[in-house]
Amino acid sequence: MKKVGVLALQGSVEEHISMLKKIEGIMPVKVKTRQELMEVDRLIIPGGESTTMGKLLRDYNLLNPLADRIKDGMPVWGTCAGMILLAKRIEGNPEGHLMVMDIQVRRNAYGRQVNSFMTHKVIPEFSHENIPLIFIRAPYITETGKNVTPLLELDGHIVAAKQENMLATSFHPELTNNIAVHDYFCNKM
Amino acid sequence: MNERYQLNKNLAQMLKGGVIMDVVNAEQAKIAEKAGAVAVMALERVPADIRKHGGVARMSDPKLIKEIKEAVSIPVMAKVRIGHFVEAQILEALEIDYIDESEVLTPADENCHIDKTKFKVPFVCGAKNLGEALRRIAEGASMIRTKGEAGTGNVVEAVRHFRTIMSEIRRLQTMPEEELMTAAKEIGAPYHLVKLVAENGKLPVVNFAAGGIATPADAALMMQLGCDGVFVGSGIFKSANPEKRAQAIVKAVTYYDDPKVLAEVSEDLGEAMYGLEIDKLDSKERFGDRGW
Repeated sequence: MKKVGVLALQGSVEEHISMLKKIEGIMPVKVKTRQELMEVDRLIIPGGESTTMGKLLRDYNLLNPLADRIKDGMPVWGTCAGMILLAKRIEGNPEGHLMVMDIQVRRNAYGRQVNSFMTHKVIPEFSHENIPLIFIRAPYITETGKNVTPLLELDGHIVAAKQENMLATSFHPELTNNIAVHDYFCNKM
Repeated sequence: MNERYQLNKNLAQMLKGGVIMDVVNAEQAKIAEKAGAVAVMALERVPADIRKHGGVARMSDPKLIKEIKEAVSIPVMAKVRIGHFVEAQILEALEIDYIDESEVLTPADENCHIDKTKFKVPFVCGAKNLGEALRRIAEGASMIRTKGEAGTGNVVEAVRHFRTIMSEIRRLQTMPEEELMTAAKEIGAPYHLVKLVAENGKLPVVNFAAGGIATPADAALMMQLGCDGVFVGSGIFKSANPEKRAQAIVKAVTYYDDPKVLAEVSEDLGEAMYGLEIDKLDSKERFGDRGW
């Protein structure tokens, strides 16, 4: 059994856990403490508010231990706010959070809640089927380093990318019934 | 279910495990964001002051809302009066992230709440019991909160409302299917929603606590009872040390089941807001009784 953690400081935690439960051979665990962080094989950083999660990571001394585990090769996947936490650079904000993934992101890139949207696309890296993509006040990637592979561009903006053991998506597979991205993260990374 | 409604319910899901704070200006909004709030509620007066000053309480000045939107990157919510669909149209034009159709403001319509299905922007509404929650959801609310008794610093009503909703849900779950129509009639809620709740054992939208939360312990209490997150109104900026209290409540909501953390964050916060006993309030002063 692979222990897959979901960072449980705030946000779409239960949604990720219930997606992970649908995948064979996976034990989902909520991660709120350093101890719990050390015990997981891989980690999902969920959607939510990146400022809230970033502050709690700092206040509870999880920021450096988590960054270290990612640098040591632990597979990690950030959805939406999770993407922002992973990014080396955040537009208009000199201070990043984990700063492990060589991408620059724009927060609330599509505007406010009235501009949140849903679409369907094929992302070959994940699946050959059309998968639903839900964007909620989402960020996108504005620059990538040379080790980063963009996985999907939408209207000229990168909304999914991979770098070694790190995966980032602007959208929220945990809000759909499609387990393709969760399956990819658990079994193919 | 239409896509827009789904997206609006999804935004509420992103707020789970978080604290939404009332703010009356851009400076407070920045303090709230820095303390870790997941969203701010922009208003001209916090409920404790609305209570004190009396008179008609209305939607805030768009100028104030714009200033607050400029000041922070987290979602911004604002209140409209119950039934005042034009105030809601104005907030939609301002591209607010969430509208609270709130009993804290003076109701504009004694019979009808807003038809929220006509709007693109999401709505959160207060409820004292399951029937009320399901009526609001049927009208298009994509998030529910307890009404509690805002501006009192007294958590007892929020506890009452949340426990009522949960026990009514458990009651539906034990019923044979043929009794659900009778239950729907009794609580005054649409049958399809009653059936959905009986099947799933929970509301079909995110359910926050609100109305009277003043301390980290209050917030953790509501989380342990099963709320998805909390609204804090007067509790923060009416206390002696808003910044510290705001941070403490954020931590208490994340680590709600860890008494050691709760003890730590509750220490030396300075004075909490002044509290009011609910039975000493005149019936006209009870915001929870507004709406139906």
